[in-house]
Amino acid sequence: MAIRERLSGNEAVAFAMKQINPDVFAAFPITPSTEIPQYFAQYAADGKVDTEFVTVESEHSSMSTCIGAEAAGARAITATSSCGLAYMYEVLYVAASMRLPIVMAVANRALTGPININNDHSDSMGARDAGWIQLYAENNQEVYDNYLQAMPIGEDPEVRLPVMVCQDGFITSHAVENIELVEDELVRDFVGEYNPEAALVGREQPLAVGPYDTCPYYMEHKVQQAEAMKNAKKRILEVAAAFEKMTGRKYSFFEEYRMEDAEVAIVLIGSTAGTARAEVDALRAEGKKVGMIKVRVFRPFPAEELAAALSHVKAVAVMDKSECFAADGGPLFHEVRSACYDLENRPMMIDVVYGLGGRDCATEDIERVYNRLMKMVETGDRGPVYNHMGQRDLREPTV
Amino acid sequence: MSTMTEIRWHGRGGQGAKTACLLLADAAFASGKYVQGFPEYGPERMRAPITAYNRISDTRCTIHSNIYHPDYVVVVDETLLKSVDVTAGLKETGAIIINSERSPEELRPMLGGYAGRVCTIDARKISEEALGRYFPNTPMLAAVVKVSGVVDPERFVQDMRASFQHKFATKPQVIEGNMKALQMAMQQVREG
Repeated sequence: MAIRERLSGNEAVAFAMKQINPDVFAAFPITPSTEIPQYFAQYAADGKVDTEFVTVESEHSSMSTCIGAEAAGARAITATSSCGLAYMYEVLYVAASMRLPIVMAVANRALTGPININNDHSDSMGARDAGWIQLYAENNQEVYDNYLQAMPIGEDPEVRLPVMVCQDGFITSHAVENIELVEDELVRDFVGEYNPEAALVGREQPLAVGPYDTCPYYMEHKVQQAEAMKNAKKRILEVAAAFEKMTGRKYSFFEEYRMEDAEVAIVLIGSTAGTARAEVDALRAEGKKVGMIKVRVFRPFPAEELAAALSHVKAVAVMDKSECFAADGGPLFHEVRSACYDLENRPMMIDVVYGLGGRDCATEDIERVYNRLMKMVETGDRGPVYNHMGQRDLREPTV
Repeated sequence: MSTMTEIRWHGRGGQGAKTACLLLADAAFASGKYVQGFPEYGPERMRAPITAYNRISDTRCTIHSNIYHPDYVVVVDETLLKSVDVTAGLKETGAIIINSERSPEELRPMLGGYAGRVCTIDARKISEEALGRYFPNTPMLAAVVKVSGVVDPERFVQDMRASFQHKFATKPQVIEGNMKALQMAMQQVREG
């Protein structure tokens, strides 16, 4: 029987960590992820986990500690947000290229500057090319469920890649909501033990980690890393199937909501999907054919699957909760539009950058986006491609 | 949707509005509801105005925005009436509950023409009498339960005892005081 509880997103992640009981937690606090090491420190102090809780002096060091521990053969985790993630930038690539399946919880927060503690996806989107698998969550339940699936995905011998388990800072990290927890024994069976075939400690076979990679080898290693990311797609679905068997909760690369006969669709990531879901229901009740796709897996990017899901739609708005200053759209838009390039009947597509630095997004905002899409279909005129929503007084709103 | 109750809390940093919001979520959860309890963070400093929110319903609410059309508003600090538009979007079928020694009639003119129920509770007096110190959140929590009926009041009192025993496990001496504050507040809330 699942355990009925009410937890914030941060509590849910810390609880999953406790159930998994990893070998090493390298901790450095930063808002809004600070509660995760804080709760975990209590579990460690109370003897509820066997984990080596290592407090370090920076995020560069917390990730480096994870790299050292994981290379030694241990299961190592950390948590961070915003500038903390940015400060790890160099070592994120080291973790991925050394094929160390570290799992990092991210409570997504805007990047400075100007300084801001609230939610958007700039931090993890900025690290999207670092070679980490990225899972995103709509609510506390999903971030908990994603966390339980992260190690079985990343540690698979065909994958061996680190995983970021992301949730929206404050919006879900600090929101208490109902949640169904999985029993400890089931979690431990599901996640299993970490037994890498090569490690620095406890193995007969000597091993060198992190050596210089010369021209005759570097390219081969990068191609292997790229292959591993492709392999992750298969593994993500296998783990999701096993998770569904255990809990009844279904996961995939993305969730399609009322897409069957949808004429217009929004594609987005994270907690706003729940707000969009309510607006889809409201518009459907008025007979409007609207749908929504919530992307759960951003790396590896499910390009073919997303294109198939959008192939029958007439107009799409991709909603980006980060700005990458490309002058033509945000990172999710770039990926989704590229994914649709080979479709026979490409939908009209626009980008809506929203929610930066915690700017709220309500059902009325989602309604505006659907109205714009329906108008595009009605008139055949796409209008501006690259839009920002929710800002005041800067220019005429296009959404 | 019709079964969902939305509550907005206005307080000042350090007064426990967020804690009261989370305690209400706990109480509603204990009674079998689906809950959301979440703060809106601005500049984190003592005494700065803060907002917190509750959604309470019979089915899971997926909306993750702030609340713009609340059924109830709770004002933990009366001085906010001058600086914050506390009745913004407040439904006239609902109510506003203000921590004040003044009567609802005296405060109504300060509420921008709000025509719904106005309730007041002297949380300072109750808190100082029951706890010997000024912690307004427990009386405010009880007042909102009494006025909104979002949780059955008898069930609420039982659940809160369990919740306080958990929350104050390391300082059990404050449990009885909090229970007393709760009961006094439920009796003393004034409706106008």
